[in-house]
Amino acid sequence: MTPRDYLQLALFLGILAAVSPPLGRYIHHVLEGGRTWLHPLLGPVERLIYTAGGVDPDRDHPWQRYAACLLGFTLAGFCLTFGVLLFQDVLPLNPQHFPAPSWDLALNTAVSFVTNTNWQAYGGETAMSHLSQMVALTYQNFVSAAVGMAACMAVARGIARAEAQGIGNFWTDLVRATLYVLLPLCVPGALLLVGQGMVQTFAASFAAVTPEGAIQTIAVGPVASQVIIKMLGTNGGGFFNANAAHPFENPTAVADFIQMLAIFLLPGSLVFTLGAAVRRPRHAWTVWGVMAAVFLAGALLTAHFEYRGTPAMAQAVAATSGSPSASAPAPAAASVPAPIPAPVPNMEGKEVRFGVFASSLFATVTTDASCGAVNAMHDSLTPLGGLVTLLNMQLGEIIFGGVGSGLYGMVLFVILTVFLAGLMVGRTPDYLGKRIEGREVTLAVAALLLPALPLLGFTALAAVGWGPTALGNAGAHGFSELLYAYTSSAQNNGSAFAGLAANSPVFNLTTAAAMLIGRFGVMLPMLAVAGSLAARRPRPVTDASFPVEGATFALLLTSVILIVGALTYLPALSLGPIVEHLQMLEGRLY
Amino acid sequence: MLTLVRQSLVVTLLLAAVLCGAYPVLVTGAAQALLPHKANGSPVLVDGRVAGSELIGQNFTGAGYFHGRPSAAGDGGYDASASGGSNLGPTSRALADRMRTDVAALRAENPDWTAPLPADMVTASASGLDPHVSPQGVAMQVARVAAARGLPVNTVAALVDAHVEGPELGLLGEPRVNVLRLNLALDALAGGRAEGN
Repeated sequence: MTPRDYLQLALFLGILAAVSPPLGRYIHHVLEGGRTWLHPLLGPVERLIYTAGGVDPDRDHPWQRYAACLLGFTLAGFCLTFGVLLFQDVLPLNPQHFPAPSWDLALNTAVSFVTNTNWQAYGGETAMSHLSQMVALTYQNFVSAAVGMAACMAVARGIARAEAQGIGNFWTDLVRATLYVLLPLCVPGALLLVGQGMVQTFAASFAAVTPEGAIQTIAVGPVASQVIIKMLGTNGGGFFNANAAHPFENPTAVADFIQMLAIFLLPGSLVFTLGAAVRRPRHAWTVWGVMAAVFLAGALLTAHFEYRGTPAMAQAVAATSGSPSASAPAPAAASVPAPIPAPVPNMEGKEVRFGVFASSLFATVTTDASCGAVNAMHDSLTPLGGLVTLLNMQLGEIIFGGVGSGLYGMVLFVILTVFLAGLMVGRTPDYLGKRIEGREVTLAVAALLLPALPLLGFTALAAVGWGPTALGNAGAHGFSELLYAYTSSAQNNGSAFAGLAANSPVFNLTTAAAMLIGRFGVMLPMLAVAGSLAARRPRPVTDASFPVEGATFALLLTSVILIVGALTYLPALSLGPIVEHLQMLEGRLY
Repeated sequence: MLTLVRQSLVVTLLLAAVLCGAYPVLVTGAAQALLPHKANGSPVLVDGRVAGSELIGQNFTGAGYFHGRPSAAGDGGYDASASGGSNLGPTSRALADRMRTDVAALRAENPDWTAPLPADMVTASASGLDPHVSPQGVAMQVARVAAARGLPVNTVAALVDAHVEGPELGLLGEPRVNVLRLNLALDALAGGRAEGN
């Protein structure tokens, strides 16, 4: 890594640390019904939605009702997206005359965008009409993030409230998060990105006659308006197949930097929303610090391995002594007498304008947050660089994580940490004055284990069943492709080792099931936890209480996250990237 | 239950009207009014005709033009309506074979360059549409381009130097050269299109 790389990393974290606390407090303010300068403009829209929908904005709901509204709204959105996709061929705004996707692909895509995953078993510019991109997909980019924010706020209320029945009103949380948080960020954000060269037009493509006389058809579209929410909402679904590597979807290194900030912006801010709700900013900083530390470690490791590249690349580009060296490297590296060439950075699947570092940083950011946008092809990462991206997702998408889901996922680990610490010192655990009892721990462990079931189960079944024929790479890397697919879907990330041919009924249905379990298998238990914590009478926080801020707690929390993640997934990781790394060093090819 | 159905449907439709109607129309209108060139794909005009987009790489093959990186977009590479990378992993035999072929071709086309090849010239980009190569990737082609155009090497090298862009804001991204812009500048320099390619 170069000094410039470290500077870029420091700037990245510095900006986030400066912006997140005030934005987090702002989110708390508007979700609790506070007024802003936007209300004269958007207040009428908000009230219209309540009146037309028959919503009483002053009603406070218990967690069961809150969850029911959330699921009802999600189901309605699913039907809208599924319907638009299924009938894309007869609906308007389809300038390229794309046919409708198969029912299983439409189902998979609808589930994928509803669950904030944005797993894409299709190539955007070769499969989706403008209407599908704008209505089916961009709509979900907004509301799946708003739903996450709502659920997160409900969990924060559950912790903050005392002897209360309700955890808030889903409809007001949803509408306020959309109108006062997401929209005001997206409009200027999209224009900022257009200023960098991102396209924004209703045209489909234009033709160019190149200097060499070839005809090049260049696909364009309403990209910026979709990209900004894809990042802010940690959705990640690209307009183009190449996602954020496409020059129209990520034209410059500045646009790239803005997009990385956008990915972490809301998940990082929501930590301080919790801090504002429970009136404990130091607790928020501790949690934020844990997230930042794990993120930093991942970014440095990925960059390290990508800069080292692969031995095969180093051999291929080595200097010649005049005559072109056509001698093929023998399959067994041991028989090659040449000295080991200097490491060559791994540029396969990376763009020159970003280079190795910005690509490694993006890969870490997008897998820490459950975004899934990519500015480099993860399938072509070095084995250990790829391992970091896999592990980032497997830790539960809580290192900043998805919008809302990252924080309520982190609260799950906080509860677990408090519980384990309580066991160690033999004291009844409490979290910010609330006793943690058997019910909460049971629910937290259920939320912890549920995503692991489809993740490991489907990977194993696919490896011996439907997987091998779909692989884009053989050997251990092929197993990694399957592991990545089910990790990405079960953890609602959405990025892929894209060599996998994932558009088949069996992949579409199994990844859809994994996405649903990964989303609601965590969200619903955490809402239940919020419900039972809200009803509990708080105990005064005294010197004898277990502190949930400061270095000791940060260290404990980090250990719990890493140990749980490692225990659950290390065996699978050894079969994929770790074996592949050893094979690569031996010079084996598949 | 009925309340829930009504709430779900009405809120969904109204939010969709805002997010899928008002929002993209507002953003597109503003982008087209304020930044029409960029919003429409940064087209490059030569003699009033669109010669490409300055953001989208092209498949240059003639000896008198600088070449871009290997591309996996579409069947022939640089298909700007089918972006994508090779998705080949580090232990892929297909990748090793492709690199060997590309290295042999690069060495044969640029015999004057005996130093190690820049990594970006033997690796496929993520989008398949990378408009840039590294300064090294252009430097290794200077002798060939100069010879093919009958220009002094120094003239071409000076043109290349003028087209090297540094990291943005001195910090972000990497040094690079936009291949299309460089090639168009070459054409302008020679007073017309390269011949015999």
